[in-house]
Amino acid sequence: MGIEQTAPAPGDSNSNFLLTTLDDVVSWARKNSLWPLTFGTSCCAIEMMMATGASRHDISRFGAEVVRATPRQADLLIVAGTIVKRMAPVLRRLYEQMAEPRYVIATGSCTISGGPFIYHSYTTLRGISDVVPVDVFVPGCPPRPEALFYGILTLQKLIQEEETIGKPGYRRKPVTAALPPNMSIDEIKEEMAKLLEQQAIVKDPLKGDSTEFMRGR
Amino acid sequence: MSVKVKTLDDLTLPPPGADSPLSTQEYFINMGPQHPATHGVLRLLLRLDGENVREVIPVLGYIHRGIEKIGENSSYRQTIHLVDRLDYLSALMNNWVVSMVVERAAGIETNDRIEYIRTIMAELQRLQSHTLWWGVIGMDLGAFTPFLYGFRDREYATDIFEETIGARLTMNYIQPGGLMNDIHPNFVKRTKEFLEYLKPKIDEYDELVSGNAIIQKRLVNIGILSAEDAISFGTTGPVLRASGVPYDLRKIEPYGVYGKVEFDVAVGQAGDSWDRYIVRVMEMRESVKIIEQLIDNIPEGDYMTVKVAKAIKPPEGRYYGHLETARGVIGCFIVSDGKDKPYRFHLRTPNFNNLWCLTKIAKGWKIADLVAIASSLDIVIPDIDR
Repeated sequence: MGIEQTAPAPGDSNSNFLLTTLDDVVSWARKNSLWPLTFGTSCCAIEMMMATGASRHDISRFGAEVVRATPRQADLLIVAGTIVKRMAPVLRRLYEQMAEPRYVIATGSCTISGGPFIYHSYTTLRGISDVVPVDVFVPGCPPRPEALFYGILTLQKLIQEEETIGKPGYRRKPVTAALPPNMSIDEIKEEMAKLLEQQAIVKDPLKGDSTEFMRGR
Repeated sequence: MSVKVKTLDDLTLPPPGADSPLSTQEYFINMGPQHPATHGVLRLLLRLDGENVREVIPVLGYIHRGIEKIGENSSYRQTIHLVDRLDYLSALMNNWVVSMVVERAAGIETNDRIEYIRTIMAELQRLQSHTLWWGVIGMDLGAFTPFLYGFRDREYATDIFEETIGARLTMNYIQPGGLMNDIHPNFVKRTKEFLEYLKPKIDEYDELVSGNAIIQKRLVNIGILSAEDAISFGTTGPVLRASGVPYDLRKIEPYGVYGKVEFDVAVGQAGDSWDRYIVRVMEMRESVKIIEQLIDNIPEGDYMTVKVAKAIKPPEGRYYGHLETARGVIGCFIVSDGKDKPYRFHLRTPNFNNLWCLTKIAKGWKIADLVAIASSLDIVIPDIDR
């Protein structure tokens, strides 16, 4: 929206006021001061540490480096890792303890659908959207730090463009962070289905039926 | 037959001032499951007297994903990617132990090239894991700088893995009968560069942290685990070796090509947090030594000895194999009924036992020391809960 560009230079008497809407200013401030909560349960936590704290990837460029250990000081919940049934109430409580407006980024396949533990597991949640409302999903097992950055940038875009003061934290449909431009989810699904049929034919030796096997019996 | 199960409700507190000259009162406090110093979702129930820890009760299950049950419903190759997610910092060693047992059970032979590459990869992973641990123990003791240094050096190893394997963390590389793919043409060159880079860095670690007076005050003579206790708790890996027991499967039952290389087993004396720290730093040097002896001599050959499409069906029986990960002995137990899926798939993971010695050694210390002791044990929670 360009506050940065239109901000007046100090000492310039002709342009020392700025016209904008309150929504824009508040959303601009909000999107650039996300405080994530350190919440890592498994493998994705290492990549999240890599992204948020460590030396090669610098999250502070995007204004989200103040990682807090208590939910009461945080407004961004990055769920990094599998959530099992026993952990789900804890996750919900953490979410409810966070101050509003609060945002959730779910990283990794496990938080999207259960990931590698989707079949035959009696404990894993098949996606955390049943427990907390998710703003942005970041696919990967685990997603690279760059993917997490893309997720944070997507969330910032959502906050800037889709939020009003009247409805803080109001969100539209969840988006997939790493969606390529000019492509819809349905197109990707079709392409993936084609690829699966062409290349990844794994025969179930018990049944001999490849398609049924791929769909998890 | 009914068995009385002891639950948390059965825990009672003694009357105030029972074992203290001051009039104090004991109380329970929850540490976790969401706590930055528990490295994940471990929940510790602490019985405290002021700041003194009277009792530590670990409560598990917050990341129990049922990997053993999924393993029983998967073919032998499909279990490989599951064990990556146990102890994700030793993913390659976890791959290896399953492959080792399946190979032994089904009578699959491997060649020298495969074993060389496996050994080099495992030692690289050990370096990667220990550099991460070194950064994290610094952060747990309140110093943020080691975290940056440790993760900086870890990234170089991660790049090497990414080039050959395609993954940064969950490798899925070693499979029954060989490897998923051959090493990248740059692998040897980059590994050598990494070793040349890392050797002075380990000395830098010593200068930066090991000699620091605060670090020594926080670690030396804190959380002493005697050799008898270490054995009776079933601890393995650096935790056991720090207590003075030179038990290292790489030396005692050489697998891979560990029999052909010369290296020393790092052993501590007192079994305190400091010994656990210094044993791991010494192990980093030994890993560098092992890779240096192997990296120039990788023999030619195939990276796979069996056809991937062929279903593996071990004959009926019980099979067990174990090896040394960065944290201790991982064992894999497979009961086969002759089909292509295991009848029972069990894993003996090192962190479960290593965690449990915390109940003994953290007693009597302050809460801050508990964090330092837990960090010196280097536990990974999904490995405990599986």
